[in-house]
Amino acid sequence: MSECIIVFNDVSKSYPIYHHITGGIKNFLFHLPKALSSVKNSRFVALKDVSFKVNQGETLGIIGENGAGKSTMLGLIAGVLKPSKGEVIVKGRISPLLELGAGFHPELTGRENIMLNGVLLGLTRSDVLKKIDEIIDFSELDEFIDQPIRTYSSGMLARLGFSVASSLNPEILLIDEILAVGDKLFQKKSKEALLKLINGGVTTVFVSHDLESVKEICHRAIWLDHGKVRAEGEPGKVVEQYKIML
Amino acid sequence: MNKRVQHYLDLIVVLTQKEIKVRYKNSVFGYLWSIGHPLAFAFVFFIAFKVVMKVQMEDYTLFLIAGLFPWQWFSNSVNAAPTVFWGNASLIKKVNFSRHILPVATVLQDTIHFILSIPVIVFFMFIYNKPISLSWLYGIPLLLAIQFLLTYGVSLMVSSINLFFRDLERLTVILTTLLFYFTPIIYPETMVPERYKFLVIDINPLSALMVSWRNLFLNGTLEPASLIVSFVYSVLAFVLGYTVYRKLSWKFAEVI
Ligand SMILES: Nc1ncnc2c1ncn2[C@@H]1O[C@H](COP(=O)(O)OP(=O)(O)OP(=O)(O)O)[C@@H](O)[C@H]1O
Ligand SMILES: [Mg+2]
Repeated sequence: MSECIIVFNDVSKSYPIYHHITGGIKNFLFHLPKALSSVKNSRFVALKDVSFKVNQGETLGIIGENGAGKSTMLGLIAGVLKPSKGEVIVKGRISPLLELGAGFHPELTGRENIMLNGVLLGLTRSDVLKKIDEIIDFSELDEFIDQPIRTYSSGMLARLGFSVASSLNPEILLIDEILAVGDKLFQKKSKEALLKLINGGVTTVFVSHDLESVKEICHRAIWLDHGKVRAEGEPGKVVEQYKIML
Repeated sequence: MNKRVQHYLDLIVVLTQKEIKVRYKNSVFGYLWSIGHPLAFAFVFFIAFKVVMKVQMEDYTLFLIAGLFPWQWFSNSVNAAPTVFWGNASLIKKVNFSRHILPVATVLQDTIHFILSIPVIVFFMFIYNKPISLSWLYGIPLLLAIQFLLTYGVSLMVSSINLFFRDLERLTVILTTLLFYFTPIIYPETMVPERYKFLVIDINPLSALMVSWRNLFLNGTLEPASLIVSFVYSVLAFVLGYTVYRKLSWKFAEVI
């Protein structure tokens, strides 16, 4: 039995509804009693008593409607969100696959952005320098790599992002709808690269609305419905159940 | 070196490099812009107080510059603070890294600008025929460290709270402007009327520091009492800023 890399024990996550606060200090003070009680009482439950495990090297697919709590789940795994209840255990270095351009700065060159991203994702500068040629090769950006990335097309940005995240030898890969961007050719290429990483033994959590990809890539799937696990198991079966509901 | 410490330092280096590159973009004039701002200020106050109101003070230009440059560092950093976390929203939502390094990078960037502006002060000292003191060698690093700690503490607090109260940004601009006139920068501390001394000198966390900078630059002197007062204020600011950050930081990804 291989080791569990990600464990959710009865995890709930609720968000306070911050309307009164983000309206600014002025609003907050003018509606103080109301604001304080709204901070205390109105909470939106995004995940409710969710438990599951992901084994080493496994690829778990997460499907569900908009607002079901998929991104919240990834946020909990990445450690940027704290559970309101329950326990999240994650072992290993995480590489979240950033959305198009997230974590990139438009004024920096491709090369500088690789460095920035690599260090943000947990590597030291010398680690990144050792890998930078490999990353640039993979991205096929050639001479564009020393141009500021504000001049890149969105396909080129996606290439850069995918190359960084996949070349950093992550132990855990978190993917939130990233493969949908870019042209068909790039989608095919990144799917191949992803499969290669998966076959190389990286533990992956794959969130997607593309049910066919989920069936194709994942070893197991979870259907989230309004923050609860509605079905779990073999991707083909879970996807079928989900489709019936639609 | 320990891998974690190394990574921590690398994060600071990479993020500060990013700030500097982004600020200078590709413009040759980047550096000139950053000294142009306090110089323009000095010019305005010179016209207002020396030319128009004919205030009796010798070397007033030099006096202004010696106070305005360090002030500009504090004010730039604190006024940039509200957008520090907002500007990195996508990162904060996705990657779990030590977010308190983001304001380190912005403050460090302004620190570097300040250091690069010291030659301008030297240039004016030269014009006014004033000697440069050896005490700068230890005085500047000491005051740099104190002001860094103070500025970072305030920035960390402002940038954290601003995620929850978005109009803090406007308040910050108003408060730093007020603080500017309540700090002996365009006037000497000796001119402050006795009954306002408590407000302007004693409880203003910036006063002792700004006066120390000016005395160091103009006279090469460093008063231990002012040094201790400014150090105490900077430690307080840091502790306060870090406490606020610790209390709020786990919610950053939720509100951003
Ligand atoms: N920071 C937040 N503050 C308040 N509510 C939030 C926050 N983030 C998410 N929510 C709410 O939690 C629910 C789940 O959001 P989440 O982003 O996890 O959905 P999702 O499954 O990823 O949806 P999608 O398929 O659209 O990406 C939504 O109803 C959303 O409104
Ligand atoms: Mg989502």
